[in-house]
Amino acid sequence: MVMKAIYVILFLIFAPFIGGLLDGIDRIISARMQRRKGPSIFQPFYDLGKLFSKEMIAVNNVQLLLNLSYLVILVIAGAMLFAGADLLMVLFILSTADMFLIMAASSDSSPYANMGASREMMQMMAYEPLTLLVAVGFYLTTGSFHVGTIIQQPVSAVLWMPGLLVGFMFTAAIKFRKSPFDLSTSHHAHQEMVKGITTEMSGTTLAIMNIAEYYEIVVILGIFFLFFVNSTWWSWIVALAICFIVFLMETLWDNISARLKWKTVLYGCWVVTLVAGGVNILILMLDK
Amino acid sequence: MIPLLIGIPAALAVLFQIIRNEKVRGYIVYAGAGIIMLTTVIFIGTWIGDGAQTWMFYPETEMIDHLMTVGDIFLMCLIIYLSVKHGKVLPIILSVAQTALVIYTEFTAEVAEGPHMMVDWLTILMCVIIAFIGGFICIYTVGYMKGYHHHHKEVKDRQPFFFSMLFLFLAAMFGLVLSQNLVWIYFFWEITSVISFLMIGYTQSDEAVNNSFCALWMNLLGGLGFAVAIALMAQLHGTLQLLEVVNIGALLPLMCLSLAGMTKSAQLPFSTWLLGAMVAPTPSSALLHSATMVKAGVYLLIRISPALEGNLVGIIVSSIGGFTFIMASMMAIAQNDAKKVLAFSTISNLGLIVACSGIGVEETVWAAVFLMVFHAVSKSMLFQSVGATENTLGSRDIEDMHGLIIRVPKLAYIMGIGIAGMYLAPFGMLISKWLALKAFVDSGNVILVLCIAYGSATTMFYWTKWLAKLLCYHIPRDTVKDVTRKDEYISMSFHAIVMLLLCLFLPVVAITVVNPIVRELFGNTHDVLSMSVLTTMAIMLVSIFIVPVVMFFISRRSHQELVPIYMNGVNEGDNRFFTNSFGGKDHLYLSNWYLRFEFGRRHLRIPSIIVATAVLVVGFCLVIGGVSW
Amino acid sequence: MAKVSKSPWLLHYDASSCNGCDIEVLDCLTPKYDIERFGVINTGDPFQADIFLITGGVNSQTESVVKQIYSQMPEPKVVVAVGICACTGGVFKECYNIKGGIDTVIPVDVYVPGCAARPEAIIDGVLKALKVLDAKQAALEAKGR
Repeated sequence: MVMKAIYVILFLIFAPFIGGLLDGIDRIISARMQRRKGPSIFQPFYDLGKLFSKEMIAVNNVQLLLNLSYLVILVIAGAMLFAGADLLMVLFILSTADMFLIMAASSDSSPYANMGASREMMQMMAYEPLTLLVAVGFYLTTGSFHVGTIIQQPVSAVLWMPGLLVGFMFTAAIKFRKSPFDLSTSHHAHQEMVKGITTEMSGTTLAIMNIAEYYEIVVILGIFFLFFVNSTWWSWIVALAICFIVFLMETLWDNISARLKWKTVLYGCWVVTLVAGGVNILILMLDK
Repeated sequence: MIPLLIGIPAALAVLFQIIRNEKVRGYIVYAGAGIIMLTTVIFIGTWIGDGAQTWMFYPETEMIDHLMTVGDIFLMCLIIYLSVKHGKVLPIILSVAQTALVIYTEFTAEVAEGPHMMVDWLTILMCVIIAFIGGFICIYTVGYMKGYHHHHKEVKDRQPFFFSMLFLFLAAMFGLVLSQNLVWIYFFWEITSVISFLMIGYTQSDEAVNNSFCALWMNLLGGLGFAVAIALMAQLHGTLQLLEVVNIGALLPLMCLSLAGMTKSAQLPFSTWLLGAMVAPTPSSALLHSATMVKAGVYLLIRISPALEGNLVGIIVSSIGGFTFIMASMMAIAQNDAKKVLAFSTISNLGLIVACSGIGVEETVWAAVFLMVFHAVSKSMLFQSVGATENTLGSRDIEDMHGLIIRVPKLAYIMGIGIAGMYLAPFGMLISKWLALKAFVDSGNVILVLCIAYGSATTMFYWTKWLAKLLCYHIPRDTVKDVTRKDEYISMSFHAIVMLLLCLFLPVVAITVVNPIVRELFGNTHDVLSMSVLTTMAIMLVSIFIVPVVMFFISRRSHQELVPIYMNGVNEGDNRFFTNSFGGKDHLYLSNWYLRFEFGRRHLRIPSIIVATAVLVVGFCLVIGGVSW
Repeated sequence: MAKVSKSPWLLHYDASSCNGCDIEVLDCLTPKYDIERFGVINTGDPFQADIFLITGGVNSQTESVVKQIYSQMPEPKVVVAVGICACTGGVFKECYNIKGGIDTVIPVDVYVPGCAARPEAIIDGVLKALKVLDAKQAALEAKGR
C-alpha cells in the first residue's frame, strides 16, 4: 500500500519532468539528424514558463475548463497505472481524457481546431483496438488485468506477446503525436492546418495541454515498460532502457517519414492491429 | 396483482378509443402512466415484502388458454386482412403457418401442467423498465404529438389509436415478462409484433406501409421460430415451461427461440426492420428501442442464456451478436440523421447484449443485464430529446444541431447526458464492456474479442462527433423558439436524473439488482464483480464527475481576454463570417466526417446481411443435422 | 519569472512580399542557420506566437488581416518588419494600392532592411526583438503589480 502511494506520488511529481526532458532530447536528436544544432535540452521547460507568463487570451470560456479536465483525468489514468490498478480500466479512462481534449478543440467553431478534432477522433478510432488487445494480451499472458500482478511474473510478458509489442510500437506513434501519424497536430512548425487541435489554445491553456502530453508520454512508456518487466530486479533496468530505445525509435521514425493521409493511417493501424495483434491473441488463446 | 399490471394498460387502451377530447385524453394519459407506475411499485413492494422469493402462478388456466387461442386466431385474421388489403403475401404465409402450428400443438400434445406465470428478479427489473421508462414515454407523447401534428399537417391525426397502441404495448410487455409458459409468451410476443407493425405504419405513407410490412414479416419469422420451438418442446419433451427449456437444453428448440429473440432485437440479418421503424413518430421509436420491443428479444435471450454456454447455439448467437455490434456501429458512422444514428447504435448495442447472452456465463449475463438497463434509460432519453429537437428546429440532421448548446441549451444538456451514458467512461457502459471483454477472453472466442475491440473504437467515433457538434459554442444564425412542452421536459429530466443516479449508485445497483438476477439464472452465489473493482469504479466515477465541476470554478477565477477565432485574419468579427477571395462576406460552415464512401450503408449492408444469414443458415443446418460440439 | 526570450515563437506573415524575403525567413530554419538554437519555433498560429514577423508592404487587402492577427496575439508581443518593403514600402511605396511600411498599421519594434533581407540580418533582428520582448514583459509585470 505504501509502495503504491510512493509510486503514484513519484509519478505525479516526476512525470511532467521526465516527459519534458524526453521532449527536449527528442528535439535535439531530431535537430542532429537534420545536421542542426537544436535547442537546449531544457527548451520544453522554457516554453512552459513562457506560456504561463503570457497574457490570458481565449476564444471562449470553456476551453480552459475542458483542457484542465483533460489534464486531471489523464493524470488519474496515469496514477491508476502506477498504483497497479486494472490496465483495461486505465485505457478506458485514457480515451475518456482524450474525449475532453476533443471537446476543448471543438468547443468553438474554429475551422482548424475542428479539423484537428475530427482527425483526433479518427486517430482514436485507429489506435483504440490495439490498446484493448494489448490489455487482453496481458490478461491472457499473466491471468490478470492488474498491473500489480503483471509486473510480478517470472518471465517478461513480451515473450508471449511480441506481435502486440510491434503493433503497440506502431500505434504509439499516434499517441506521441509523431509522424507519419501526427494528423491532428504536431510538434513541428507550420503545417497545412495551422496547429490543428491546439490552434485556438494559447498561453496557460496550451501549457496545460503540453503538461498533459508529457504525462501521456510517461503513461504510454509505462505500458511499454510492462512488456519487459518481470519479478527480477534487473528487468526493471532493462525495461527502462528499452523504453528509452522505443522512444528514440519513435523519434527516428518521426524524422524519416512524412505525414500520411487519414485513410492510410486508419487502415494501416487496423491491419497492423489485426495481423500483429489479432494473430498474437489467437496464438495466446490456443496456447494458454 | 398480475392481472392488474396487464389489465390496467389494456383497459386504458380501450378507453382511448372512446375519448376523443384531446385535453381529457392528456390527463388520462398522465393519470394512467402514474397508476401503472404506482401499481408496479406496490407490486414490487409486496413481492419484496414476501421475501423476494420466486413466485409461481396459475397452474390451472384452461379458460385463459382458450381465450388466448382465440386471440391468436384474431391476430392471424388481422394480419391476413391487412396483408390482403396492401397486397402482401409473405406475412400471410408466416402467420398462418405459425398460428396453425401452435394451435395444432395445443390440441394434440400432452403437456405437463405447470405454472404459467413467474415473478423473479429479472421479471421485476423488466417491470420497472416497462412501467417507468414506458410510462414516461407515454407522458412525453402527449406533448410530442401536439407538436408533431402541428408540423406534419399531411399526416392524418389518429392520436386515439396511437395512445391505445402505446398502452396496449405496455400491457403486452408486462404479460410477456411475467409469463413462464411458452404459449403465453408466444401470445404476448405476437401482440407486440402486431402492435409495432401498426405503430410503424402510423403515418400511412407508402414508405411507412412498406416499412411496417418489413417489420411484420421479419418479426413473424421470429414468431415462426417461436412456434416451432413450442411444437418441438411439446412433442419431444412434453413440457411448455421456459425453465424446462433451459434445463433440458435441447439444441433445436434453443436455436428456434434464439432466432425469435434475434429477430425481435433486430440483429443482423434482420436489422432492416428497426431502421425502417424510424418513419413512425418519435415516441414509438423511443418505446420500441428502449423499454419494449427490442428488450423483449434480449429478455428472452437472457432467460435462455444459461443453456447456451459453450454449445453450438451459443456460439452462433454470440457470433451474430458480435458481428452485429461492429457492423452496425460502422454503419452508424456514415449517418447524419440523428434517428438513424440512434437506430444503428441500438442495433449495435443490442448486438453486444446478444453476444454476452450467447456466451452464457455469469459475467456476460451480468454485463448483459447492466447494458440492458443503461441502454433502456439513455436510449429513451436520446430519442425523446431528438424528437423534441426535431419539433423545435424542424430537422433531425446532426449537422443542424451545430451549437445546440447555445440555441436550445436544455435539450442539448439532456442529449449530452444521454450520449455520455451510451459510451463515456464513468457511465455504466464502460463496466459492462470491461466485463464483456474479460468474459469473451475467458470463453476463448478470439473473433468476439476482435469484434469488441474494433466495435468500441467505431462506437467511440460516431458518438464523439455528435457530442462535439452539440457542445460547439457557435452563435446561431437565427434564434429558434423552444417549443418543447412541459410534459416532455418532465419525462426527459426524469430520465436524465435516473441516468445520473444509476451512475452514482452503480455499486448499489450492481449488488441489489443485477447480482440477484445472475444468481437466480445460474443458481450460485459468487459475486461477479469483486468489491474492490466496484470501489475503484465508484472512485473513478466521482472523480470524473467532480473534476470538470472543480475545474469550472478554477477556470472562472482566471480572467481571460476573449478574441475572435483564428481564420487567417479574415474573420469578420463574430466568428460566423469570413472574407472570401472576392472580398465578400461568406458564412462559415463546419461539417463532421461521415466517411460515406468507406462505411456507408450502401457498401456494408448487403455483405453484412449475407454473412449473417450464412452464419444463421449454417447454424441451423448444423443443429438440425445434430452435429455435436 | 520565466523569460519570454528563452522561447520565442514566431508567426510569419507575408503582407505583400515578392517572396524574396519569405524564402530568406525560411532559410533561417535550415541546418545552416538553425534558428531553433534559440528556441524559436515557426508556429503559424497567432494565439501561440510572441514575435510577429512580417514581410512586404501593407496594401489595402492585407491591412485588416495584419491588424486582426496582431490583435489575436497575447501580450507581450513584438513585431519585426523584414525587408525594405516591410520597413518603408520600398520600391512599391508610391503604388496606388500600397499603404506603406508595416508601421502605418501596427507598431513595429524592429526593422530589418535589405532586398531581400539576408538570413544573418533576420536572425540579428529576431534576437534584437527578444530584448524588446523581455523589456515588454518586465513592463507588463511592473504594471501588473
